[in-house]
Amino acid sequence: MSIFLIIVGAIFVNNIVLMQFLGICPFLGVSTRVKTATGMSAAVLFVMTLATLITFLIQKLLLIPLHIEFMQTVSYILVIASLVQMVELILKKVSPPLYQALGVFLPLITTNCAILGVAVLVSRSTFNLVEAVVFAIATAIGFALALVLFAGIRERLELYEVPEAMKGAPIALITAGLLSLAFQGFSGMV
Amino acid sequence: MKLWTEFSKGFFKENAVFVLLLGMCPTLAVTGSAINGLGMGLATTAVLVGSNLVISLLKRWIPDKVRIPVFIVVIASFVTIIDLSMAAYVPDLHKALGIFIPLIVVNCVILGRAEAFASKRGVMESLVDGLGMGLGFAFALTLLGSLREILGAGSLFGWSFLPEGSTTILLFILSPGAFITLGFLIALINVMRRRFA
Amino acid sequence: MAERKKLPSTFFNMVAVLTLVCVVSALALGFTYSRTKDAIAQGKINKIIEALKIVLPEFDNNPYEEKYTLESAPGLIFYPALRDGKPVGTAVETFSSQGFGSEDIRLMVGFDVSGRIISVSVLGQAETPGLGTKMEEPSFRAQFKDKDPANFKVAVKKDGGDVDAITAATISSRAFCDGVNKAYTALRQETVR
Repeated sequence: MSIFLIIVGAIFVNNIVLMQFLGICPFLGVSTRVKTATGMSAAVLFVMTLATLITFLIQKLLLIPLHIEFMQTVSYILVIASLVQMVELILKKVSPPLYQALGVFLPLITTNCAILGVAVLVSRSTFNLVEAVVFAIATAIGFALALVLFAGIRERLELYEVPEAMKGAPIALITAGLLSLAFQGFSGMV
Repeated sequence: MKLWTEFSKGFFKENAVFVLLLGMCPTLAVTGSAINGLGMGLATTAVLVGSNLVISLLKRWIPDKVRIPVFIVVIASFVTIIDLSMAAYVPDLHKALGIFIPLIVVNCVILGRAEAFASKRGVMESLVDGLGMGLGFAFALTLLGSLREILGAGSLFGWSFLPEGSTTILLFILSPGAFITLGFLIALINVMRRRFA
Repeated sequence: MAERKKLPSTFFNMVAVLTLVCVVSALALGFTYSRTKDAIAQGKINKIIEALKIVLPEFDNNPYEEKYTLESAPGLIFYPALRDGKPVGTAVETFSSQGFGSEDIRLMVGFDVSGRIISVSVLGQAETPGLGTKMEEPSFRAQFKDKDPANFKVAVKKDGGDVDAITAATISSRAFCDGVNKAYTALRQETVR
């Protein structure tokens, strides 16, 4: 598949959150403000790209040659958890204000199913290393797009009267559904 | 009996999906049909029960500072066992659930129960907690899956009750339908909770 | 319940416990893997045999056992079907990387002895749900039944062919045709030889 198609596909047509349902927890939890949405997206971009790169190499150089593909889930999640720890430590040292801004979101990235999801998707694909990394970056951009758009809508929603039973998750989900409906329009693009 | 409370809370008072709002990814992704929802729910229950059991058994031997990685390895191992077993014995369901089977490992319900319950309570209680929360999760997924299947495909568990060729509201089996159906379902449950509170 | 003492978090304890847990996990998984791999492999074979039954006419040999590959057609697998010792057709397991999903599209195409397509079955695909996935539906695959590629151009109408593409899934439809063409071309070469 051409690189262009991979990028367009990952950002729009097969958007990781709105079409593939990966990364919903941060999507619903972190999207109340555009600022935090942007911060979370940046963290996800960084972790997702690195995680995909490392897990790809583990699969190609370790799991397949040694015929221990069944260790994939355990090894992948350990890699991701360690990566997130490392990112936290590095950020603390290198840029304390950024670390403060991201706060509790960083450890939450470990349970972000989008990260593990992309790693597993890549392992089941026919991508080579370059395509895999491009896919990861494009997917993270798609995540950012969905998150920031959603946060923008939710900020506006706060100014309106929402029925009691709808407050919080229900109205967020329905909004997400409408956003997903809009993204369905992209499928005809290619 | 106290054990019954621990078991039943997972169904209504502390339902993972409708009340705690955890485990959203598989909830939205695999509930296009009732059988997929049920299958995923049961697979998750199996992992939850297994990991709760093991973590509760080993809790005295797990140093506090390294508990999260240990929980993760235990959970990931059970996920792999379920993954391999499903591939061997129920291949069609395994294929339908796809990447969401390995993704059970990041289902916040499981890590959440390990941290909040299994690492602090007895083996019997942890087992019952795992069963209750897991089956409650399965209940939620099957309910959502049934709704989406009835509206979107005119069938339930594969049994078509509409004549050949009738139009169905395809939207419900696709992504927007997942979000919207779950949103309304939670709103409905919120209304019910207020009535019965 | 009385608070029992937990193992203290010394460096040694942490490393030891984590390593021990990983080792036990690896052993448990290795054991599970060895017990399930045969069933998993058999399941894959069963899927192929099912597809063979769908796309080939009645046969009394064992096409799966007699399968062969050709150097001129890498990645393709040929399954010959015989009845009363006479060939009645060949099924070709083919693929296409031109699909929209991250995985190759895998098809099983059944040809009769004259090179006519009997039927096409989808073995695996990762296309867009609701769109490209429609290639598995009989409504799309039916147009390939009983068609001779010699006079039925296996390409989407947009590309000058005779195939009705799936609405809004041109790329998936093209890839499907690509897979079928690969199979036909390879089989043609083999029988001409």
